[in-house]
Amino acid sequence: MPDNAAAGSPQAISIRGGRVIDPAANIDAVMDLHLADGAIKALGEAPAGFAPQHIIDAAGLVVCPGLVDLSARLRQPGREHKATIASETRAAAAAGITTLCCPPDTLPAVDTPAVAQLIRQLAEERGYARVLPAGALTRGLEGEHITEMAALKLAGCPVMSNADRPVRNTRVLRRALEYASTYGLGTFLHPADAYLSEGGLVHEGLVATQLGLPGIPEAAEVLGVARDLALAEQTGARVHFRGLSTARATAMLAEARARGLPVSADVAAHQLWLTEDAVAGFSADAHLIPPLRTAADRDALRAAIAAGEITAICSDHQPHEPDAKLNPFPQTEPGMSALETLLPLVLGLVREDVLDLCDALACVTAHPAAILDRPLGRLQPGAVADVCIFDPDARWVVGEDTLVSRGKNTPLRGAEMIGRVRWTLLAGRVVHEAKG
Amino acid sequence: MITPRASQQEQAAALQLDADGNLKHFLTLDGLDRALLIDILDRAEGFLGVAQQAVKKVPLCRGKIIANLFFETSTRTRTTFELAAKRLSADVLNLNISTSATAKGETLLDTLRNLEAMHVDMFVVRHADSGAAHFIATHAAAPVAVINAGDGCYSHPTQAMLDMFTIRAHKGGFEGLTVALVGDVLHSRVARSQITALNTLGVAEVRAIGPSTLVPARAAEALGVRVCHDLRAGLRGVDVIILLRLQHERMDGGFLPSEHEYFHLFGLTEKRLRLAAADAIVMHPGPINRGVEMDSGVADGDRSVILEQVSNGLAVRMAVMSMCIGTQNLWLHAAGQRPLTETGDA
Repeated sequence: MPDNAAAGSPQAISIRGGRVIDPAANIDAVMDLHLADGAIKALGEAPAGFAPQHIIDAAGLVVCPGLVDLSARLRQPGREHKATIASETRAAAAAGITTLCCPPDTLPAVDTPAVAQLIRQLAEERGYARVLPAGALTRGLEGEHITEMAALKLAGCPVMSNADRPVRNTRVLRRALEYASTYGLGTFLHPADAYLSEGGLVHEGLVATQLGLPGIPEAAEVLGVARDLALAEQTGARVHFRGLSTARATAMLAEARARGLPVSADVAAHQLWLTEDAVAGFSADAHLIPPLRTAADRDALRAAIAAGEITAICSDHQPHEPDAKLNPFPQTEPGMSALETLLPLVLGLVREDVLDLCDALACVTAHPAAILDRPLGRLQPGAVADVCIFDPDARWVVGEDTLVSRGKNTPLRGAEMIGRVRWTLLAGRVVHEAKG
Repeated sequence: MITPRASQQEQAAALQLDADGNLKHFLTLDGLDRALLIDILDRAEGFLGVAQQAVKKVPLCRGKIIANLFFETSTRTRTTFELAAKRLSADVLNLNISTSATAKGETLLDTLRNLEAMHVDMFVVRHADSGAAHFIATHAAAPVAVINAGDGCYSHPTQAMLDMFTIRAHKGGFEGLTVALVGDVLHSRVARSQITALNTLGVAEVRAIGPSTLVPARAAEALGVRVCHDLRAGLRGVDVIILLRLQHERMDGGFLPSEHEYFHLFGLTEKRLRLAAADAIVMHPGPINRGVEMDSGVADGDRSVILEQVSNGLAVRMAVMSMCIGTQNLWLHAAGQRPLTETGDA
């Protein structure tokens, strides 16, 4: 693969014989897919006179829209010792992800159009994935002054967010939500009561008590959701909860949606699989924020996905350099490298009868695209030709040599994944092709 | 697809024991079985006599270098470890790390690598972070042995074992005993290790007594204790009372309104002591806050075994250190190197 995937104009491509799944149009059938000029031209029969320059044999494979990831940290600008936009968009391509939204907690934060433009420019130069930077909700993410959101929107920020730093001052948050909604911008919120969550490292429960680690109580997230829901209702703003982790908060979200509030939520894929038990043995790779919680919470999150209350599944990718995890547990940095395990973990939900394949793929394509308010994550004629072609049965083991991301920090190291991306196309260009 | 991870117990056992079940590291009591704990107590019994001999040294660790790595200040624990190492004829390095390398930005792993380059055979580690001893044992090059002298709020296994030694000396054994731990269980590494030891050794019941702010989440299930918020009810009929140290910073953290109220509700007085069994003993890992955790009368009374705990600490630490060094010699022997000292069965 060249260093720069954006070179040259996109070819006319036919993807033949794959099981095409487009959740947005409720399509699930074996058929051909034809692309030209960076867009989807036709499903099924090729248009009259269509002359493909390249043919991809997708027999036995699934062809779906390129994945849309609502939260992936790329570490650039400011933390290039962990990863770069080039390294992580390359990993995204290998994971079938064509669009990712990065939180604004770069250095400096995405609180000016210049930083947003820099991120987009670096991503476009490399051309492996479309990067949409979330704009900072408050200046420097300090929770005191709202940012120039109209300018950030013009610079390409689809949503506003304070990353994982809760805005303590409720008045500031209220104004920020109102101001964002003036410009039709949705807001991503990480629900947490700062006073209860600060200083915590793991879920306040069995494992925290056994290991003597400071806990983050369930109530921290519940209070965060309660406060933010009250503000969403007061202001009418479109609020999206990033990374729910508890059963109680999930139930409150469902209740608010039933009342018709314009709120949505996502969950990190690993929260649907792992629990606090992963921390046993002081495993720093399982040091995550929000923390891994109980089996009951995990099951409730799965049920909320199945019921369509939580509509998106994201990677919450946080790559680190090895040193960030080489310390006693409390000194390690939270987060896991997660781009490349996103699709296999979502496919695992199908095998465990949580969702059917079409609904599962909707959680990583059409639904997150709708949350970002972008016409992506679909395969209809005229749509941007972002396509993921994967082998649903291929097995691989998570390890330093199999992960493309610069970050090798994952509690799933050594786990066998089922489902492997064979080709990824971004706007009609092949940006990833698996060997073998 | 994702297999459940091994439990804390299983992982702790795998990290601390060699293939034959010999002790390589002593980090926590998690994952160690009753026979091994009894073995430690029996060996400590044997070392108790050493202090009475004219020559107060045995050659079990001759030629070995033991480094005391104290990232947190401590006088008593460090001194007993130093003395235990010297009685075992080891050479001792005392490193007070909080004032040296890490203050200059060196990582824990760098510090460790530097000391390994000096061919240290055993690290005795105290650190403010839970899991620090696990971390060092995981990253230390074999056959270096690691002994936990207290990490964060997690574990202080030698302190717990010396307390078990004291209990056995007074009660003859553990079966049928009811033991009360009073005070700050939430922040106490000593309490966590004591509870594990007591349950492994088969006492009838462990009670954790304190206000809700100082009892950790789901303690009953997570630790295997009966939680009591009323001292009088909790003390009724107990055979052993262990008072935990209350640190002054708990007042600032909002865990307690005042020391005065704490003593009023949870301080051990002679009157309250009468609720316990007639031959109940009173223990405290020290240092004592007189008038906060207990009355001076109780601390100095005939039921108090607090000073014995200090002298037993030496024997227990000698036992644990010699066991880990013994396993290390087996390893060296298997690797084709002749150990400098023959340990035999000691």
